Amino acid sequence: MNIKESYVTRVIRTLREHQFMFEELVKRDFKQKYKRTVLGMAWSVLSPLLTLLVMRVVFTRFFGRDTPHYTTYLFAGNLMFSYFRESTNGGMQSLMSNASIFTKINVPKYMFLLSKNVSAVINFGLTLIVFFVFVAIDRVSFKPTMFAIIFPIITMSIFNIGVGMILSALFVFFRDTQYLYDVFLTLLTYLSAIFYTIDRFPAKIQRVFLLNPVFCNIKYIRVIVIDGNLPSPMFHLLLLAYALTALTIGGLIYKKFNTQFLYYV
Amino acid sequence: MTYAIKAENVSIRYMTGDFKDIGLKEYVLRRLTHNYNVHEFWADKGVSFELKPGDMLGIIGANGAGKSTLLKAVSGIMIPTEGWVDVKGRIAALLELASGFDNDLTVRENAYLRGALLGYTREFMNEKYDDIIEFAELQDFQERRFKQLSSGMKSRLAFSIACLVEPDILILDEVLSVGDGAFRKKSEDKMRSILESGVTAILVSHTIGQVRDMSNKVLWLDKGKQICFSDEVELVCDAYEEFLATKKVPHSWEDIESLAEDFTVRQEKKRAEKAKTEQQKLVEKLRKTDTNVAKAAIEAYLKEVEEEAAEEEKTE
Repeated sequence: MNIKESYVTRVIRTLREHQFMFEELVKRDFKQKYKRTVLGMAWSVLSPLLTLLVMRVVFTRFFGRDTPHYTTYLFAGNLMFSYFRESTNGGMQSLMSNASIFTKINVPKYMFLLSKNVSAVINFGLTLIVFFVFVAIDRVSFKPTMFAIIFPIITMSIFNIGVGMILSALFVFFRDTQYLYDVFLTLLTYLSAIFYTIDRFPAKIQRVFLLNPVFCNIKYIRVIVIDGNLPSPMFHLLLLAYALTALTIGGLIYKKFNTQFLYYV
Repeated sequence: MTYAIKAENVSIRYMTGDFKDIGLKEYVLRRLTHNYNVHEFWADKGVSFELKPGDMLGIIGANGAGKSTLLKAVSGIMIPTEGWVDVKGRIAALLELASGFDNDLTVRENAYLRGALLGYTREFMNEKYDDIIEFAELQDFQERRFKQLSSGMKSRLAFSIACLVEPDILILDEVLSVGDGAFRKKSEDKMRSILESGVTAILVSHTIGQVRDMSNKVLWLDKGKQICFSDEVELVCDAYEEFLATKKVPHSWEDIESLAEDFTVRQEKKRAEKAKTEQQKLVEKLRKTDTNVAKAAIEAYLKEVEEEAAEEEKTE
């Protein structure tokens, strides 16, 4: 534990030292992404809304009738899943797309990943605002438990960074990671109970869903926003464990291969 | 006296073969069928040298000798597979400058980004930005997208940013030849002024004259192996030029000395031959022509001889 803590403090120290670099990288990623257009920014909010609209129209007939506040239910799923998808996809590219930099200049490589994540977080934040507008429209009454949404946001963000680290390293070593991950994401969409409820499955199968970290984060939001309950302490621990496990694995991979990435690009 | 850079027995290994560019699926398949082959390749093998503050090291060697890889190890981008490099002070490494910029950003944004990546602070960049642009002669292009710039302009900007700091250690990989004639002159002057300020520097150059001119120590690499590390720059450069002509790889210091000797002999011979042909030309002209033309030819010949003598004096 002691070693790990010192590693964390070291990362924080380097972050502070490289604050200027980090800001410039974030700026660059932001400009790259939106190409300096207003529509670019609006589009990143519009596209999840369109997905939501289609799902709402198509699935309400099948699942909507016995799910209270189905729109909110759907939106919560989409909100978290698109955050996960965007953040990890961006993270996966972060090493390869900056290869021409880190093969010439000695910079901490996780900076690229973190800066990519910042734009994903900003996108997520915008969508989150729209989410609460929809929550109001959907007549979900205000509950104090809604403030707990900060917890899954934090655990999801840490989890995304960890997964992004793992994927970016894999992508350097294996160029087909991109396609395999695409397939994986599609499968995960169906396994994350975004548009259906898992109540109809037997209890045993319902527990299997808890193995999916993305689903757990989605579930947390649904519980605090729609049901107005706070999940059990064990559930909090589970989310935290997923996040820290991903981050630890990612961190170890970066530590181990830090000097080897450039042989592969 | 303490050292500025010390490299001890540095070896760097690259892996080649199947491992690159095959996908995960292919990798698993080949592993299963025992068809997975990788070969190792030592870009540098057992390289050692030590520089004192203010030293200027020239690294010479044919293509693929491991020069650039060694520079990457010194600048900390690569970690040696074996051995170690210790560097005392702040490094400015000018390696393949023009890459790593973002095409969609403007000149100003790229300048700040590069400065940030090189570890400058924002205050420093704010202060020096105008100087950078002025030195790169890009005043009229500041808000231009990078992709609209010519490659010469890009290198000029890269050079200007990288040279701005007053580093303790400067690493130059073939960068003295950026931009057009005028800018090249300017950049060489700038380099010289940095070098004269007493930094420790490492220079990789295929222009052997540059190495003779600027270095006080020389490291000769051949296919990753260290031929020699010496402060007898002229001698080693002579031997190296002889090696380029004959492809004879020296294995000891005696070999190097004899190579250098051969080179001097060769130079002498060349000079003698040249003088001979000049003489012949003159004689022929004299035979053919009347006195006026002959006089002009004699004057031209005398002038040439004088110039040659003056040049020799300079190099000595």
